[in-house]
Amino acid sequence: MAKRRTISIERKKAMFGVLFVTPWLLGFILLMAVPFIQSLQFSFSKLTLTPDGYSLKFVGLDNFHHVFFVDAWYVRNLTEAVTNMALNVPLIIFFSLFTATLLAQKFRGRMLARAIIFLPVVLASGVIAKLDSGNFLASLMGAASTDLESNYSGLRSIELEPLLFEAGLSREIVFYLTGAVDRIYQIISSSGVQILIFLAGLQSVSPSLYEAAKIEGATGYEAFWKITFPMISPLILTNVVYTIIDSFYNNNVTQMIQSTAFVNLNFGVSAAMSWVYFLVISIILVISTYLISKRVFYYD
Amino acid sequence: MKGFLKTNGRISASAALQAVTRWYDSYNPVEKAKHWLWIIVRAVLLIGICFIILYPIITKVSLAFRDKQDMFDSTVVWLPRNFTLDNIKLIFGYLNYTEAVTNTFILSLTTSILQLVSCALAGYGFARLKFRGSGFLFGVVIFTIVVPPQTIMVPTYLHYRFFDVFGLIGLFTGKHGVNLLESFWPFFISSALAMGLKNGLYIFIFRQFFRSLPKDLEEAAYVDGAGILKTFARVMLPNAVPAIATVMLFSFIWQWNDSYFVNLFAPNYTLLSRMLDLLPGIIRPEYVGGISHTSLYLNTGTLMGILPIFVLYLFAQRYFVESVERTGLVG
Repeated sequence: MAKRRTISIERKKAMFGVLFVTPWLLGFILLMAVPFIQSLQFSFSKLTLTPDGYSLKFVGLDNFHHVFFVDAWYVRNLTEAVTNMALNVPLIIFFSLFTATLLAQKFRGRMLARAIIFLPVVLASGVIAKLDSGNFLASLMGAASTDLESNYSGLRSIELEPLLFEAGLSREIVFYLTGAVDRIYQIISSSGVQILIFLAGLQSVSPSLYEAAKIEGATGYEAFWKITFPMISPLILTNVVYTIIDSFYNNNVTQMIQSTAFVNLNFGVSAAMSWVYFLVISIILVISTYLISKRVFYYD
Repeated sequence: MKGFLKTNGRISASAALQAVTRWYDSYNPVEKAKHWLWIIVRAVLLIGICFIILYPIITKVSLAFRDKQDMFDSTVVWLPRNFTLDNIKLIFGYLNYTEAVTNTFILSLTTSILQLVSCALAGYGFARLKFRGSGFLFGVVIFTIVVPPQTIMVPTYLHYRFFDVFGLIGLFTGKHGVNLLESFWPFFISSALAMGLKNGLYIFIFRQFFRSLPKDLEEAAYVDGAGILKTFARVMLPNAVPAIATVMLFSFIWQWNDSYFVNLFAPNYTLLSRMLDLLPGIIRPEYVGGISHTSLYLNTGTLMGILPIFVLYLFAQRYFVESVERTGLVG
């Protein structure tokens, strides 16, 4: 009797599970899977709008040929997007881990600091961020700045460069670091969600581990690298994936895909572009996930 | 010990060492110096980061109330000499502010509530109501996060242009679907089906959060005779307030700031993000008298664009920041 009852509850749960997931599943099939396949189909065809719908004509690989060999800007924009991503992701991860460690400690005014640091999650997204890039007056007020494109906060590293050269670092590293300082606002404003994820992870690390380490005589520095770092290494993977996706969300390539479709009404080429874009992102994600997950430590 | 020192006439070395050791043990100067040094370093770093974040906002506030002649007055740094509301009035008109804010508010609130419901349901389904294939379907959720919206842009556009469910509408009316563009329906439909902006992420957040709640909670409810629906509504949801607050805030604000879907589905609607998108075209330097005037108006416009969500954030941030402490945003 008891056994039959548990089985029926399990079955009921499974039934309700299907029911709970149904809205999403419907949405996935209608608004994701079907458009996804259609988009693939469009990328191999020429699409013309007619008054009562649209008609497709199969053209083979013509659209892809156009994307790679005819269009002057696509490959260049794509390379630029990938390079920017590769430059920014390590900086964002490092910065957000660092900030999360600071914010995880107990001190007066912690709530205020957190509230301010999460502010860019709210404010620097979408259209606001677009309007803010290249803010003329703000950089004028910063006076020292000449770089209008990316650096609108008016903060700039003037003394850092000679200092690092004096310290005997190689040119590439120096320019990478100073470039990072110049882009500091961009980096801070795009690492809000990552800080959030790291912070949640840091707070879930059991305090008994730190107590044991302290009794054994570990310093704070050692505790960070031997306890904190391995414990939150799965989150580094999560954050890298999130940062990569986020950095590809809005850039020159996406704008190009959009304008090709709705300004030039070249739907087929636009679909081909978006598919190349999707494949490039997927390859980058697969490679980075593979490389990082080999080094990730799982506690349980 | 005092007597001992006096009789000898000089301080014995071992006694002095003892005194120093005792003093060291009780005050621990090196540890204290390290402690205070760390506090100072931390404070400098945090204040620096906060400054970088707040600087653009302070700049905008300072610029918005500034008269045009103050821009070329080098003695004016932060506080405007000729205080004016002209910029704000002008941008108010250009943005069609009242209508734009009302429309955007209605759109954002409805979509975020719809997304909340659909994503919470799906998240709970994936977390606790396991069925055959649910693991695979959750993998599909992750896949939807990865696909850039541009990949399915053209078909989605055409889908709403000639909207039809399994050809039913065409069957009854004989037309080729209904044009749902230039209305809020595309937003509402995709939100209700958990396919809106970044909804995969919300499902992920909900699933992780529900998984982190203790199982006893549910079992107690079942033992007391509650059904699955009742358990979800009365026991699990009230415990998920941090996750709900986080998702609500994210979905509201990302919808508020989004111009991609707005331009795709409702390109002629008076919505704040679209009006802001158009602003640089309205106030070109040749119309308003120079690039600095354009920039002045752009700054004012951005400030007015973020003002409503800034107010919202002031109220919601307590839940939001607190939710970090408890939420299961962990991978």
